[in-house]
Amino acid sequence: MITLVLRRLGSVLLVMLIVAGLSFLIFNYLGDPVNNILGVNATLDERDELRRTLGLDQPSYIQFWHFLERAVVGDFGISYRNRVPVLELILSRLPATVELVVCATILALGVGIPMGVYCALRPKGFFSRLLQIIALIGISIPQFLIGMLLILIFSVELRWLSAFGRGDVVQFGWWSTGLLTETGRMALIMPVLTLAVFQISMIMRLVQGEMQEVMRADFIKFARARGLSDRSVHLRHALRNSLLPVVTVVGMQIGSLIAFAIVCEAVFQWPGLGLLILQAIEYADFPVMAAYLALVGFGFAMINLTVDMIYLFIDPRMRRK
Amino acid sequence: MNPASALVVRDLSISFDSRHGSITAIDSISFQLAKGEILGIVGESGAGKSLTGNALIGLLQGPGRIAGGEILLDGQRIDNLPPEDQRKIRGKRIGAIFQDPLTSLDPLMSVGDQLVETIRTHLPLTATAARGRAMDLLAEVGIADPAKRFGQYPHQFSGGMRQRIVIALAIAAEPEVIVADEPTTALDVSIQAQILALLRRLARDRGTAIMLVTHDMGVIAEIADRVAVMYAGRLVEIGPVDEVLRAARHPYAAGLMGLIPSLARREARLPQIAGSMPRPGHWPQGCSFHPRCAQAGPRCSAEVPVLASVAASTVACHLFSGGTALPKGT
Ligand SMILES: Nc1ncnc2c1ncn2[C@@H]1O[C@H](COP(=O)(O)OP(=O)(O)OP(=O)(O)O)[C@@H](O)[C@H]1O
Ligand SMILES: [Mg+2]
Repeated sequence: MITLVLRRLGSVLLVMLIVAGLSFLIFNYLGDPVNNILGVNATLDERDELRRTLGLDQPSYIQFWHFLERAVVGDFGISYRNRVPVLELILSRLPATVELVVCATILALGVGIPMGVYCALRPKGFFSRLLQIIALIGISIPQFLIGMLLILIFSVELRWLSAFGRGDVVQFGWWSTGLLTETGRMALIMPVLTLAVFQISMIMRLVQGEMQEVMRADFIKFARARGLSDRSVHLRHALRNSLLPVVTVVGMQIGSLIAFAIVCEAVFQWPGLGLLILQAIEYADFPVMAAYLALVGFGFAMINLTVDMIYLFIDPRMRRK
Repeated sequence: MNPASALVVRDLSISFDSRHGSITAIDSISFQLAKGEILGIVGESGAGKSLTGNALIGLLQGPGRIAGGEILLDGQRIDNLPPEDQRKIRGKRIGAIFQDPLTSLDPLMSVGDQLVETIRTHLPLTATAARGRAMDLLAEVGIADPAKRFGQYPHQFSGGMRQRIVIALAIAAEPEVIVADEPTTALDVSIQAQILALLRRLARDRGTAIMLVTHDMGVIAEIADRVAVMYAGRLVEIGPVDEVLRAARHPYAAGLMGLIPSLARREARLPQIAGSMPRPGHWPQGCSFHPRCAQAGPRCSAEVPVLASVAASTVACHLFSGGTALPKGT
C-alpha cells in the first residue's frame, strides 16, 4: 500500500514537471517579457540590460531551473495587466470559484445519486422515464442558456435575486466566503444551479447505469437469498459497489469546474478564476496564464491523488500489498 | 404426506409471460424433502433445475412466475405469502448456495460483516453476540483461525474457502432447508469432496434437508439419498439413489445412467443422448422425450405420462403405466 502511494506520488511529480515545462514555455516564449516591460520604444542597450537582469541571456535549462525555483515558493512574477503578484491575484479569486464549485457538487451528489438509485430500481416506471428525459435535457442544454434563463426568471421577472457578483463576503485571512452573509448566499443560488444542472444529470445517469449493472451481479442475488431487506441490498451492497466510477468522474468534474467554470462565471460576472483567466487571455497576460496552467495542473494532480485514496478506502481489492 | 417432510412441492408449474403469451417452463412437478435428507436433482442444461430452486427460495426472476401448484415448508404454504414474509423465510428457514463462490460475496464488505449482517437480519442478537456466532460459523465450516479471518475480504480467500463462507452464510440462521444449485461445479475435485463432506455433515448433524442440483453423477452417488431426474421442465423419475443409479426405469434416466462407465469416475458429466432437449415453448405433444426415445409408441406422442410408482421409485413413462400403445377406443 505504501509503495502504491509512493508510485502515485512519483507520477504526480512527473505530471507536475511536464505542466511546469509548458507553463515555462508560455511564460518565456509567448510574447516578449522585455517588450512587455519596457515598451516597444526602448533602445537596444536598455533591452540587453534588462535581458541580463531577468536572466534571459542564460541557457534555457538554467532559466527553467530558476523558473521552477520560483514556482515552488509561489513566485510567478507580476501580472502585466494588474501590476500585482500573480499568486496574490489568483489566490484572491480562488475562494469564489471553490465555493461555487463545492456547493454545486454537493447539490449534484445530493440530488443526482438518489435520482440515479431510483431510476436504477424502477427503470420502467413513469417517474424514472421522466427523470431520464430531464437528465438528457440537462446534459445537452448549454450552460449559458441555463444561466440566462435563470436570470430572466429570477432577476428580470421576479426580481428575487441579483444577477451578478458574489454579494457581501467575509474575509478569513486570504480566504473570502459568501456563505456567512444573506446576500452572499442569495448570490450563490443561480450560479450554483447553473453548474449543477449538468452535474446532476451526469451523476444520475452514471449511478443508474452502474447500479443496474451491479444489480445483475451474483452477490446481489445471494444477498437476497440471505434474506436481507431490500433497503440493505440496494444501498449497502448495490449502491456501494456502483460508487467507484462516480468517485472518479466527480473528482475530474470538480477539477475541471474549478479550472474552467468560465461560462458560468462570465454569465454571472462571478469574480472567480474563470473570469480571471478570461481576462488574462484577452490581455495576453502571460504570467497569469503560465501560473494558472501550473496551478491547474497541480490541482488536478492533487484531486487524482485524493480519488485514488478514496478508492483505497472503498475498495479492499486495491489494498493488496 | 410424510409427517417428517421439511419441504413439499406439489404440482408446481412455472411459466414466462411474454408479448406472445405465456410459455410453460416447469410443468407440474411434485416432490418432497424429508428432514436431514439430501435430494439430488439432475438433468440436462435447461431442464429447469435452477428455476425450481429459485422458486423454492422465492427468487424467481423477471417474467418468470409460479403459474400453479404449491410449496409447503413444514406443512405451511409459503409460495403465496406476501413478498416481505417470503423475504423473512429466505435465509432464515430456507438457505441458498449458488454455483460460483467467486462472485457470491460482496467484494467490498469483509466476510465477518456479511455474516453479522445476515445473522442480525434474522436473529435478535446484539452486535457482540452476532460476532461471536459468526466466528462459530466460520469455525464450523472449517475456516481456520476465524478471529483473524473475520475482518478479511472475499478476495483474500481461495475459491473453496469462499464456498465455505457462502455455506456459513446460508446456515447462519439454521434453516430447515438448503437449496444448493451446483455448489461444487466451479471447484476443483479435491475441494469438491471437502465441500460435499461439509454438506453431508450439515444434513446429518443439523437435520437440514438439502436439495442439491448438479450435473455431476459422481456427486449424486456420493452424497444424495434420493435423486430426481428432470427433463424439459418435467420430473421423469425420482427414487432412492441406489435404485435410480443402478436401475433407472425411465428411458431418459436410463440413458443418462447407462452411459456412465463407472461411478468411480467422479468427473463424469452428463453424457449426451442423441438429439437435443427442446426449449420451453417447443415441447412436443405428449411425453416431451418421445422424439429421442427408442421405445416410444403411439401413445407417447399423444398423452403426457404421469408419475407412477415402480418398486421404490416413481416414474413418468407409459412403459410403466399401461404401455405405449394407444388405449382402445381413441
Ligand atoms: N427469463 C427467461 N425467459 C424465458 N425463458 C427462460 C428465462 N429464464 C430461464 N428460461 C428458460 O427456462 C429453462 C430452464 O432454465 P434453468 O436455468 O432452470 O435450467 P437448468 O436446468 O438450471 O440448466 P443449467 O444446468 O444450465 O443450469 C431454460 O430452457 C431457459 O431457457
Ligand atoms: Mg442452472
